[in-house]
Amino acid sequence: MIHFDNVTKVYANQNRPALDHVSVDIDKSEFVFLVGPSGSGKSTFLRLILKEERPNSGAIHVAGKDLARLSNFKVPSLRRRIGCVFQDFRLLPNKNVYENVAFALEVIGKPRRFIRKVVPEVIELVGLEGKAHRMPEELSGGEQQRVAMARAFVNRPMILLADEPTGNIDPATSIGIMKVLDRINRTGTTVVMATHDAAIVDSMRKRVVELEDGKIVRDQSRGVYGQAY
Amino acid sequence: MRANFILSEVWIGLRRNLTMTIAVIVTVAVGMAMLGVGFLISAQVSTMKDYWFDKVEVSVFLCTKNTSIPACKGKEASPDQTEALKTKLEGLPEVKQVHFEDQAMAYENFRKTAVDKTLLDVTKPEDMPTSFRVQLKDPELFQPVIDAVTGQPGVSSIKNQKELLNDFFGMLDALRTAAFVLAGFVVIASILLIANTVRLSAFNRRRETGIMRLVGASNLYIQLPFVMEGMISGLIGGVFAAVMLILAKVFVFEEFQKYLAIGSQLEWETVAWVIVWTLGIGVLICILSSFVTLRRYLRV
Repeated sequence: MIHFDNVTKVYANQNRPALDHVSVDIDKSEFVFLVGPSGSGKSTFLRLILKEERPNSGAIHVAGKDLARLSNFKVPSLRRRIGCVFQDFRLLPNKNVYENVAFALEVIGKPRRFIRKVVPEVIELVGLEGKAHRMPEELSGGEQQRVAMARAFVNRPMILLADEPTGNIDPATSIGIMKVLDRINRTGTTVVMATHDAAIVDSMRKRVVELEDGKIVRDQSRGVYGQAY
Repeated sequence: MRANFILSEVWIGLRRNLTMTIAVIVTVAVGMAMLGVGFLISAQVSTMKDYWFDKVEVSVFLCTKNTSIPACKGKEASPDQTEALKTKLEGLPEVKQVHFEDQAMAYENFRKTAVDKTLLDVTKPEDMPTSFRVQLKDPELFQPVIDAVTGQPGVSSIKNQKELLNDFFGMLDALRTAAFVLAGFVVIASILLIANTVRLSAFNRRRETGIMRLVGASNLYIQLPFVMEGMISGLIGGVFAAVMLILAKVFVFEEFQKYLAIGSQLEWETVAWVIVWTLGIGVLICILSSFVTLRRYLRV
């Protein structure tokens, strides 16, 4: 599903590469934690998958597409297959829960009938039934992140990228968030989650890829966050 | 669905940027009105030229007893001289028709057009000049005719009406050029304003556009609301410009025609065409400048 082959990314005006000869394979419906300190290249990894950045060398394949050969006007169709969740939720403050989720479908031109059908379903999936007409400011951080996950998942993407989704949320609420991610993963969606949260990684027992200074230093199935090595 | 969604985005954008939107509308209105006035003056001048140049004559005045020009030596042009001149004029290839006006006819014309009663009272038919009124095939080709009769015996002076008209049309042409130059400046101002509005609008909506990019909205979908904002401001500005042009037609051009342009009306049809063109140009300018700005501020 996601295939990195010897990928190096150096940002302009920086000597040290953000990713340094990274090769990794992530299969369909896998759940992968991307761990490592700040600046280790986790976000760059996610941005490369979305083709928001281009690698300096190496090849990236996502959902069977060679990103280097994907023309710019096909990038939107790539992104329709990838859902994204962020630490800061990125909800639209002037739209309620339903409208925030529906927005993701409206802007890709889905018909109204389809939106009316799937948005309530996905709101229920993330556990926000009955709160469709709340505004984001009326929701807790955990609930806002659920809205963001509903929006990321409403178009049934093949891949869900989560960049520190529990970074702004207390540990108790984080468990709920992880349950939703797990539920999404069980529908067959590949989930890649970048995180600092050791407790969560340890409790989930999923594959762990650890980055340090842009290099993969550990790739372990059913791993934990920190490990003596 | 799509249309609904985009229109509501456009409406939100216009409302959020109300002051800038108004500024854009005003500049577009003024710019397009100036451009339109320029076109209207052009149209007016060309209808007037069509009308007047048909009637333009070269007048060849002959010596009379009272002519004080030295070349006449105080003598009246003899019938032989008159006849020779007539033959000469009629023989010229540029000449369409030659018409002789004697003192009685000249006096009659003068009486019809004279405004000053005392002047009329003291003027006698003997004071009027006799002349050949020469109609030209092409009003531009007056020089050979003038050359042919200048200095001929019996000729006192030559008046080319075209020169008078040229001065007048030259003034109108200058006015038209001024209108176009002014329109150019205002159009530049409106392009910059639109660019700035789009930049502000893109900044205001960076959350929305960020999410749109992320969920895979196509460039068209992301950019269309911005371009439509520009287009709608342009359209509203254009409508104001149209109103100004209609007012200009009624209060300026029609007044002007009463005095100067009898028989060469500026038709409503022409005004309609000018409005359509300026509206089109205004909207096009708005669309293009929003689009170009978007490419810089809304990287997809």
